Amino acid sequence: MHMALIQFTSKGIYCRQGDFYIDPWKPVKLAVTTHGHADHVKWGNQAYLCHELTKSILLQRLGADLKIQTLPYRQQIDINGVKLSFFPAGHVIGSAQVRLEYKGEICVVSGDYKVEYDGISTAFEPVKCHTFVSESTFGLPIYKWQPQQIIFDQIKDWVAANRDENKTSVLAAYSLGKAQRLIKGLAGYGEIYVHQSIANLNDGFIDAGINLPDTLRITPETKKEDLQRGIVIVPPALTEGRWIKSLIHAATGICSGWMQVRAGRRWRSADAGFALSDHADWPGLLSAIKATTAEKVFVTHGYSATFSKYLNEIGIAAEEVKTQYGEEEEKEEVL
Amino acid sequence: MSNKTNDKIAALVNYFNEADDVDKPYVIAMFTGKRPKRPVGTALLKQWAIEKSGIPDWLFSESYHNVGDLSETISLILPSPTHLVNRKLQEWISDLASLQGKDDPFKKTFILSAWDSLDTQERFIFNKLISGNFRIGVSGKMLVNALAKQSGTAANKIMHSIMGKWDPSKITYQDLIGGAHVNTDNSWPYPFCLAYALEVETESLGTPEEWQAEWKWDGIRGQIVKRNGELFIWSRGEELVTEQFPELHFLKEELEDGTVLDGEILSVKEGKVQAFSILQQRLNRKTINKTQLNEAPIGFFTYDLLEYKGEDKRSDVLSLRRKQLEKVIYNLQTKNIVLLSPIVKFDNWQQLAKIREGSRDLNSEGLMLKKADSLYHSGRKRGDWWKWKINPYTVDTVMIYAQKGSGRRANFFTDYTFAVRQGDQLITIAKAYSGLTDKEIKEVDAFVKKNAIEKFGPVRTVKPELVFEIAFEGIAESKRHKAGLALRFPRIARWRKDKKADEINTLDDLKQLLLSTLNTSIHGTGQE
Repeated sequence: MHMALIQFTSKGIYCRQGDFYIDPWKPVKLAVTTHGHADHVKWGNQAYLCHELTKSILLQRLGADLKIQTLPYRQQIDINGVKLSFFPAGHVIGSAQVRLEYKGEICVVSGDYKVEYDGISTAFEPVKCHTFVSESTFGLPIYKWQPQQIIFDQIKDWVAANRDENKTSVLAAYSLGKAQRLIKGLAGYGEIYVHQSIANLNDGFIDAGINLPDTLRITPETKKEDLQRGIVIVPPALTEGRWIKSLIHAATGICSGWMQVRAGRRWRSADAGFALSDHADWPGLLSAIKATTAEKVFVTHGYSATFSKYLNEIGIAAEEVKTQYGEEEEKEEVL
Repeated sequence: MSNKTNDKIAALVNYFNEADDVDKPYVIAMFTGKRPKRPVGTALLKQWAIEKSGIPDWLFSESYHNVGDLSETISLILPSPTHLVNRKLQEWISDLASLQGKDDPFKKTFILSAWDSLDTQERFIFNKLISGNFRIGVSGKMLVNALAKQSGTAANKIMHSIMGKWDPSKITYQDLIGGAHVNTDNSWPYPFCLAYALEVETESLGTPEEWQAEWKWDGIRGQIVKRNGELFIWSRGEELVTEQFPELHFLKEELEDGTVLDGEILSVKEGKVQAFSILQQRLNRKTINKTQLNEAPIGFFTYDLLEYKGEDKRSDVLSLRRKQLEKVIYNLQTKNIVLLSPIVKFDNWQQLAKIREGSRDLNSEGLMLKKADSLYHSGRKRGDWWKWKINPYTVDTVMIYAQKGSGRRANFFTDYTFAVRQGDQLITIAKAYSGLTDKEIKEVDAFVKKNAIEKFGPVRTVKPELVFEIAFEGIAESKRHKAGLALRFPRIARWRKDKKADEINTLDDLKQLLLSTLNTSIHGTGQE
């Protein structure tokens, strides 16, 4: 048994040797940040360390006066003797797995990840380690994603059908991640209008040199007739808002892994649901975990109990840990 | 498919405009439950799916628990298809029918190869075809409305046509819709006259002489139509339920042609109205066995006469219709099955209020107040008819699960599951999502977010701490629920902030209540 390089504490995932936290949910001295979703990064830490593409997200979401240090993927730094580096997690732009190494012991905290390349976030890269911390958002065998191209084709068919009926197509997608993925996937299929929370993030990415197709920012002046034949992308929380309701004829489509199951679609009462997720599906989780060759897997947010039980049955020592990730994902977009 | 009824109807109309004519009668048969015997049992389907997907049994169960539908779970859990085939629905159905009588290995080979050639959505429908539970958000009524719209035929005629005797392999879509196999002219019902809940003091209604009071029965509102030698029984949902109630078939001989009765289908034993939970054993069944006939015999309590000697009587005043109705019932040879719903006599409103308190003892829900000079309106009209229901039953429970709502409440935990105590265990007893103010919803929401123990997709297990008083209309035995009983129309009456989780009711309390409703022994049929 190796010495534990990380501990699960009431503030977050803690590396004692390096004296820093990874994605803490309570204020600490140094917060190593896997990605910019609200359940993984909180306001109030003295300093942040993240991938260089996550910096603009933190500045926008948490305020301009943060102390942020950035790293590119695969570059190693030393914190109190612990070698730390980021590897792409494929979840959203700038998302990183955190690799820690101390006296030959290697631990990887993956944050959120997906294994399918989405064409916009740097592709997930498996990292060999002794201890791996994995999410389990979709850790049930019913969750198996279709290749994204098939989903994009379904969305395009839906948009075309809406146009025939003179309806505006409104897609609900997280502003960070899913929105950019849709913009890229639907580029050329009509004007894409985006909510300001998405437009702001996009501006940051374009400044950072990311190649994003053109979109139009929705402002109070945007004419509703102009939206009619276009595609409108808004954060999930807004699909029930007054603005959407004020559109003459809107059809809403929710893009989320939960849409895989009929009960999920019914529950959100949208006109359409597309199972497009930024999280690994069941085969994705298993292949990622096997590729790490880890001796011990800690399973965080999602179907953690079920998934860790299954890992143990197939001979991978796994343990369920309680974190606060996943809880506020849906609220994130109110920003 | 969308949640919205209009969209679903539009999609169905679209389908019937475009689908292959051979397939259409099969689709109608599926949605209306006219299906052949199940060619393969669900236990085998499940076993083969588990084998094929290579997951342990418990993980299948866990998945099923999250999906909530066996056909869908199987469709999701199987490996991706190796090739796709495109066949007509009718071909699949004939193939499935031909599995009848074959041995299990033969069936297994067929099913596995079918699964391997269908995508997830198709597999789901295929599995539904096998299990025959084709209720995927389309009710019989919705299908009827869609067919009516698509063909430009009146909805009640379609209802009659598809309820008739027909075989999808022997009838064309046109003949089915046109009712070539039945005579739809005889069956049409009148729209029911409905009442609003009484919201004023009875004293303000005027003098007792202007009103007729009746018991409000807790059964199935029904209309009995007898024309040209044929008998039809319609339920309030405008569904034909004639076959379900053989006890009433004598009316075919005894009721004059051109007679339409409005009343309540109830379970009546030895002259006593039984609890709704007993009537329930008789509802939506294809076949009725002897025990059910003995334990839940059907009676019909008549309220009104809508047609007599082929004449529409709805513009006669109630007092006149009632007199005529009394004659019609009096002339029946068979007594004690179709009865007059008794009029409750009273001299003043105070006295009536007192009488109303005894409703439960008769398995009645309270009183109906009908103006003596009222016409029989189509639908709901304020002022002439009132329902004056008694207060519901209540039980104190603790919240154990919470789920987010929809619509404007999509960001709040608004759908709750409640439990009562049994020893040191908590047993789920009801789900409810209404009855709290917005302010209270926010408070509960904050509690859920702070006290969530586990997360299953959108559902949170929460610390059992918040006590709610649940109101409900009835209680019934239920094998499907762990508690062994089910509440009817449960909703939140109030949040009992004054109570702690150890002060909630026990399962035994509810069992006692169930027993008392089943043993109601006071006569409810005193004829005047």
